[in-house]
Amino acid sequence: MNSVGRPTRLEGDPANDFLHPTLTGARGLLQDEALIFELGGWDKTGVDLPHAELDASDLGGLVRTDPIGLPGLSEPEAMRHYVRLSQKNHAIDLALYPLGSCTMKHNPRLNEKAARLAGFADVHPLQPISTVQGALALMDRLAHWLKTLTGMPAVALTPKAGAHGELCGLLCIRAAHEANGEGQRKTVLTPTSAHGTNPATAAFVGYTVQEIAQTPDGRVDLDDLADKLGPHVAAIMVTNPNTCGLFERDVVEIARLTHAVGAYFYCDGANFNAIVGRVRPGDLGVDAMHINLHKTFSTPHGGGGPGAGPVVLSEALAKHAPTPWVVHGLDGFELVERAEGAAESAFGRMCAFHGQMGMFVRAYAYMLSHGADGLRQVAEDAVLNANYLKVLLSAEMSPAFPNGPCMHEALFDDAWLDGTGITTLDFAKAMIDEGFHPMTMYFPLVVHGAMLIEPTETEPKVELDRFANALLQLAKAAKAGDIERFKGAPFHAPLRRLDETQAARKPRLRWTRTETPKLAAE
Amino acid sequence: MRYLPLTPDNRAEMLSTIGVSSIDDLFVDVPPTARRAGLVDLPIHMGELEVERELLELAGRNRSAGQGPFFCGAGAYKHHVPASVDHLIQRSEFLTSYTPYQPEIAQGTLQVLFEFQTQVAALTGMEVANASLYDGSTATAEAVMMASRITRRNTAVLSPGLHPHYAETVQTLAHAVGMDIKRMPLAIDAEAEVLAHIGSDTACVVVQTPNLFGAATDVTKIAAAAQAAGALLIVVTTEAVSFGLLRSPGEMNADIAVAEGQSIGVGLNYGGPYIGLFACREKYVRQAPGRLCGETVDGEGRRGFVLTLSTREQHIRRDKATSNICTNSGLCALAFTIHMSLLGETGLRKLAALNHQAGRRLAQRMSELPGFEVLTPRYFNEIAVRTPVPAEHLVQLLADHGILGGVPVSRLDPDAGMDDVLLLAATELTRPADIEILARAITRLLSQ
Amino acid sequence: MRFTKDHEWIELDGDVATIGVTAYAAEQLGDVVFVELPAVGKTLKTGEGMAVVESVKAASDVYAPIDGEVTAVNDALSVTPETVNGSPEQDGWFAKVKVSDRAAIEALMDRDAYEKFLSSL
Repeated sequence: MNSVGRPTRLEGDPANDFLHPTLTGARGLLQDEALIFELGGWDKTGVDLPHAELDASDLGGLVRTDPIGLPGLSEPEAMRHYVRLSQKNHAIDLALYPLGSCTMKHNPRLNEKAARLAGFADVHPLQPISTVQGALALMDRLAHWLKTLTGMPAVALTPKAGAHGELCGLLCIRAAHEANGEGQRKTVLTPTSAHGTNPATAAFVGYTVQEIAQTPDGRVDLDDLADKLGPHVAAIMVTNPNTCGLFERDVVEIARLTHAVGAYFYCDGANFNAIVGRVRPGDLGVDAMHINLHKTFSTPHGGGGPGAGPVVLSEALAKHAPTPWVVHGLDGFELVERAEGAAESAFGRMCAFHGQMGMFVRAYAYMLSHGADGLRQVAEDAVLNANYLKVLLSAEMSPAFPNGPCMHEALFDDAWLDGTGITTLDFAKAMIDEGFHPMTMYFPLVVHGAMLIEPTETEPKVELDRFANALLQLAKAAKAGDIERFKGAPFHAPLRRLDETQAARKPRLRWTRTETPKLAAE
Repeated sequence: MRYLPLTPDNRAEMLSTIGVSSIDDLFVDVPPTARRAGLVDLPIHMGELEVERELLELAGRNRSAGQGPFFCGAGAYKHHVPASVDHLIQRSEFLTSYTPYQPEIAQGTLQVLFEFQTQVAALTGMEVANASLYDGSTATAEAVMMASRITRRNTAVLSPGLHPHYAETVQTLAHAVGMDIKRMPLAIDAEAEVLAHIGSDTACVVVQTPNLFGAATDVTKIAAAAQAAGALLIVVTTEAVSFGLLRSPGEMNADIAVAEGQSIGVGLNYGGPYIGLFACREKYVRQAPGRLCGETVDGEGRRGFVLTLSTREQHIRRDKATSNICTNSGLCALAFTIHMSLLGETGLRKLAALNHQAGRRLAQRMSELPGFEVLTPRYFNEIAVRTPVPAEHLVQLLADHGILGGVPVSRLDPDAGMDDVLLLAATELTRPADIEILARAITRLLSQ
Repeated sequence: MRFTKDHEWIELDGDVATIGVTAYAAEQLGDVVFVELPAVGKTLKTGEGMAVVESVKAASDVYAPIDGEVTAVNDALSVTPETVNGSPEQDGWFAKVKVSDRAAIEALMDRDAYEKFLSSL
């Protein structure tokens, strides 16, 4: 007899449980969570501070009279609030993120430990140089690795992100032209497949952007390029491997044509992960290339940043690199913070202080960990993983460029969805239900309904197979007419599809006191 | 290798599935001249042990702020961050997640950004705020660009108290887009001088408060003058804790408020990563740079959050974007939000009071030293002090004796004629004993 | 009413023409969230950008179909941009323009020609 009196296995009909809504809106481990402004605590603080005698008599009319209007949380409340929120996020630590062009690789925790050493984390940017020789040495060593890996003689470390690096590269190019009396060059050429930051950056600094056509096999059209090049062109901005995941076979010729008209070759280094340790952009004729440390060199994406975008530079552009420069002095390292002396041709300063030191430490730890052999293996495994997925997925999906291998990312179009009534977006939302973050969608713009898949080298074969299996099953379901699975997806995520139209028409960008929470319970 | 999961068997199997015999077959599109047969000339891989050893050695060559009396400010401040902040930002779901472009599986990040935007708007006293920019200096430059777009004018006036790095950053960007910058020479307490330079082509006036020298200014009159001339007032703050005591930019009628948010949650980090706060009047929000998080509902009517007004941004507008920004300072925004949530208004006001108290103690003690004069009126927690010897020389002497005694103005602007001006900051971490050690060391070292 | 290949419509009344985007364009754009209209008094040149229509995921340029001067813009769209979706060829008008060359309008496609053009896309 079961004298305890409770059942030890499921007794109801299992089919009902999934559809059965809970009474509070919570779903097992997934709690709903209000905004901090809805938790009360207007006079509360979770930080114990000693009492201060506030004597602000010297500040007269400058003391704040309007209320700030922000609540506080005790530590237990804060932990609970933010841990609950974290549970609503997908992350690389949970599953493969097939985001083409983002290089969502594993974030080594050694990097985090290193960045938190007091000698890196608790150092002020304006301390006397004699007290920060270790930081400058690290920057110098990181610079050495970046230069050696890319085959370029110089690197500007200060840009705070990839787009900031593109800006830096273009400003170096502009300074070089002005110094050579070529300031009349007002055009920048980018392929139609370029990442939006390329034309945005070029236009931002006053260049007219012209697009270069693409060949049917996804590469820069050399004839069109030659046609559009001329003495009015300041630079071309080309990604290599390109945003279709393909290596530009004619890159050396692209460089030659560009240089022949006196223009510079800016390379968007977002896809460096495919070639690191195997190919050096300097050998291809590149003049400037930004490197996303948060892509190739594993610094964490952190839900949107921070990043870092150092720019490697050719001899011709190096002298225009922004200050500050880390240089070897008589007595150790020095920081040249003004455009004078060795840095007299620097175009100026990109930002306060010296760059994203926290990301430099992480990237350097990553480089040391992998070494020359490890980094080469990174590129090889990244390319291998992408091609493996391309082959597996091609059983049901249509690769945009089926002939020949891809590099570290595989591009599909939506031709295989023709007649199903299901779009790339619908398919992506259904992937969420299967436990995967959607791939990059509708980019590059040159392919219809684009799906760009980049697994990276830190995916084990088991995960690749799991991913391919999920997508193949979904693809079959799409073709078999299982429309509702896609149109209604996601069903299992913390929220269903959100109304982005409403968000854009009537923007509500902050909480205000008149709001009432509309949580799941209502 | 510990970060590479594939085994030789895996690789062989996968190559076979693909239908090639070696990995080189997949690199066939690389021109033969560019293929590197061997390894690049760098050391081979290292275990954690060896990597740690090298990094510890490098870190050990830096003096950290916590090692002794510390008085550096000038745009970056040492504050105490509660232990739970660093613990929370290292959760996998925050640290290793992507930009929240798929809102259904990123509500954690998005709700944090919504809370962050609300906090920044409240602190600055402005109507709306964005989801952060890289740092205070680039935020200032972006604000100037935005003012130019809104007013369709081409000149910006930079006040005499603006941090030289910020002014240089603005100048770089302005030069790039063809704007004219009127940058006023450094002066300790002369923000009102901008009034004389406001004209019909002025897009904006940029005023920092507290300024480089620590002086707080009531910019209400400058706001009125700028706006009467059809220009915008941009207020810059480099010490975010000051929002807990001083009149907010919004209260003083700023059009755009930018700040360095590093003081709350982020730490010194030798200069980065930091976090740019950006807030403005609601009517200007479509011209604002950076990401914006907005509230909406999902298919079942539940409240949720999404990135919105994206058509301003590079991935859609491309060459017509309001900025080329892609990344924000996500994890730093999270740290800021958590720290600010723990503080609350009550805690921030207390913290600001402690900072001001420390500033007063510091000023009092410095004014007692022969040959030293406190130059800053109306300071929050940072002062400029006239020194009897070149400030750089004094700072080096102090450093050689274990004290990080502030930042010489000449480090930031050697041409300002302020070789004898030293910037000293005090925060809630500055103990009376630290101030005493500083004072005695100065006395001892200068008498030698 | 006349139409352009970029899916704008233009309707003349005296020497003032009203301009907007066609039903086809509105459908392609999806939910319109914002319309950036030209300033009153602005001089328009044929083929140059005169307005921008934003949906959630895209921003599309609207080009001036003729030369002229902007005399009025539909401010109501700043409150209810969805009017462009609901009534693209009537209440969802963008701007009224004083035209200099009426003949240029006649040269544009009429509705039949436009419908034919649409079916070829």
